[in-house]
Amino acid sequence: MAFYRSHVLVSVDPECLKRGAHEVLDALNDELLAQGLLDEVQVLETSRIGDPHRFGPDLLVYPENVHYANLDVDDIPYLVEEHFLKGRTVEKFRAQEKAISDEELGAPKPKEVRIVLRNCGKIDPHNIEDYIAEDGYSALARALTELSPEQVIDEVAKSGLRGRGGAGFPAARKWQLCRQVADNPKYLTCNADEGDPGAFMNRRVLESDPHSVLEGMVIAAYAIGASMGYVYCRAEYPIAVQNLNIAIAQAREFGFLGQNIFGTGFSFDLEVRMGAGAFVCGEETALIASIEGKRGEPRPRPPFPAQKGVWGKPTNNNNVETYAVVPQILLHGAEWYASMGTEKSKGTKTFAVAGDVVNTGLIEVPFGITLREVVYDVGGGIKDGKGFKAIQTGGPMGGGLTAEHLDLPLDYEALTAAGSMMGSGGLIVMDEETCMVDMARFFMEFTQEESCGKCTPCRVGTRRLLELLEKICDGQGVPQDLNTLDDLCHEITQNSLCGLGQGAPNPVISMMKHFRAEFEAHIYEKRCPAKVCRALIHYRIEEQTCTGCTVCARNCPVEAISGARRQAHVIDLEKCIRCGICAQVCNFNAVAVESGK
Amino acid sequence: MNPTKDLTQIVQTAVERHGAQPDAFIPILLEINHEYGYIPAQAIRQARVLLHQPEEHVLVSEGQLYGVASFYHMLSVQAVGRHVVKFCESAPCHVQGGRELWRAVQQELGLQAGETDPQNRFTLKTVSCLGLCGVGPVMVVDDDVYGNVTPEQLPNIFARYE
Repeated sequence: MAFYRSHVLVSVDPECLKRGAHEVLDALNDELLAQGLLDEVQVLETSRIGDPHRFGPDLLVYPENVHYANLDVDDIPYLVEEHFLKGRTVEKFRAQEKAISDEELGAPKPKEVRIVLRNCGKIDPHNIEDYIAEDGYSALARALTELSPEQVIDEVAKSGLRGRGGAGFPAARKWQLCRQVADNPKYLTCNADEGDPGAFMNRRVLESDPHSVLEGMVIAAYAIGASMGYVYCRAEYPIAVQNLNIAIAQAREFGFLGQNIFGTGFSFDLEVRMGAGAFVCGEETALIASIEGKRGEPRPRPPFPAQKGVWGKPTNNNNVETYAVVPQILLHGAEWYASMGTEKSKGTKTFAVAGDVVNTGLIEVPFGITLREVVYDVGGGIKDGKGFKAIQTGGPMGGGLTAEHLDLPLDYEALTAAGSMMGSGGLIVMDEETCMVDMARFFMEFTQEESCGKCTPCRVGTRRLLELLEKICDGQGVPQDLNTLDDLCHEITQNSLCGLGQGAPNPVISMMKHFRAEFEAHIYEKRCPAKVCRALIHYRIEEQTCTGCTVCARNCPVEAISGARRQAHVIDLEKCIRCGICAQVCNFNAVAVESGK
Repeated sequence: MNPTKDLTQIVQTAVERHGAQPDAFIPILLEINHEYGYIPAQAIRQARVLLHQPEEHVLVSEGQLYGVASFYHMLSVQAVGRHVVKFCESAPCHVQGGRELWRAVQQELGLQAGETDPQNRFTLKTVSCLGLCGVGPVMVVDDDVYGNVTPEQLPNIFARYE
């Protein structure tokens, strides 16, 4: 790797591109060339640096760590002359905000341990040399030249690594099962179809550190005896697909992929396969069908993919994060990895924290950390000083947990015991103003939409569940509905073909268990305690507070508000469509939301 | 997205680029969808002719291709407007103001999910999580991503697309 005295990172986030980041980049390269500085200053493209709406186009200069913002092509000659030729920081171009933030992945918080995310935002994903400088591909070298495939599996077994896709099956045992099958060729697949709403840690790893995934895959292929692999990436992640393809081409060029890797006679190659927007393709048999160009519908197991997978041949399928960890285990040893986490869940896990929490974004923490530490210490607590109500773990097939569970240690077993699951690692935090019946309805809307339709319990059952929840949210629920919900959930869980169907009722089951009073309030009192369900709320103007400014009356789309100027206004509840615009526009907080009689 | 482009040419280029093998069906259909805006029945007929090679033991029917095209959310077998508005309907966006924004989007465009306006300007669609939850609620118009969207910004955003 060549050495430069300065590195310039130019943000090529979509918003910055729209604001002319490419033109700035070109001007910068032209000017550096003109000044003869191209050998001294390296220009790299990176994802967003600050808020692009405030700062774009912007760039960062290292090692000084100076953030220049709102740049124009005409600013570049002056900037290059002052900063790079004369060594003076140009104050007038500096971003006003001192803190430089990556909105997805900030500086590590005190309780974080970054293993999978260690290179994200630090290295250039388009340059394999950056990865090699961070010990990249040395684990592969060690595996191929010093270890037998059995020893690799043994090392991974000792580390306690479990599948990060959600089910938590021990990775080494899965590899062993596939290795034992006497059939060739063998295939390796990487599940990068990260469909859980709120989960985006795999996207970040693929975009920012694709080589770590490729290296893990080559090591796994060596352990299993696979000759060909596919990374199945969802089409919603165009930058991940692009960076993966660049990384694969570079790895081939450097001899880490293809024929006779490291001259050891071991050969393995990889291709990217794109999905086309189907949540169910994250299920491994559906993923395999989709790789083969078919409708992504699951099939019953057995036979498991280890026996019959891609093209009917033995196939090992793991998640992005599982593969990305493998090189680190071989580099630092199984004992090091197993020293983190709990008895049965070893190492670290990435989580995507979303919802009503101060610091949303990605985190990586050792297993065993409590939900309270995640929400309050790492996540910074609930937004706007509101109260915590619930947290959804495990995505749409997981479950909602309450304040009672805040001291639960995050590991596979503890979450399952609490009626939720680890899943891929999405954490959606909900504040006290969230209606849990509405959330249950919302999750069912998702699974109903994403049901592939192959088996009846899932196809029809999720639709019936959704209809019942809609009815309750609309204030039409009857007491019998609660029993019907219970029965339906049970039937769907017991009789569906794949994990999507079996897990689909989980949000409803857990929310009915933990927030039964809210369901009952909707049904018996026709009241939405969180004041969210439109059919069960009404707006009222408080007489004492209203100044009669007429803003609400003028903004009401259905002319439901009347009242003379400087007199308290009144809402006609017959005409009102509960759109809430009056409450939004009122400058005096005079519009109250109420629920119940 | 440009329905004025020559469909035959698009189909041919896509098949050549990805190869006439079963595992290339999805990439081929994705490319047609991106280039033409959607996958008309004619494109399926043309692609089938190019992909069906009995002598190579690759047997392809139109129904098989239609089955794939209609299964995946990002492939459309129905005509769309000049611009496609994709609204993220996932939970993180939903709890961060997506619920109010969705009502505003429908009102602003005068469309429900799946509809296209009579002027053929916009088609409104919902999409599942785009993984941009850190900046929710998120909306995508054609290939442009908008994060932290508020109802007040909508008229300005839509005005950029003719």
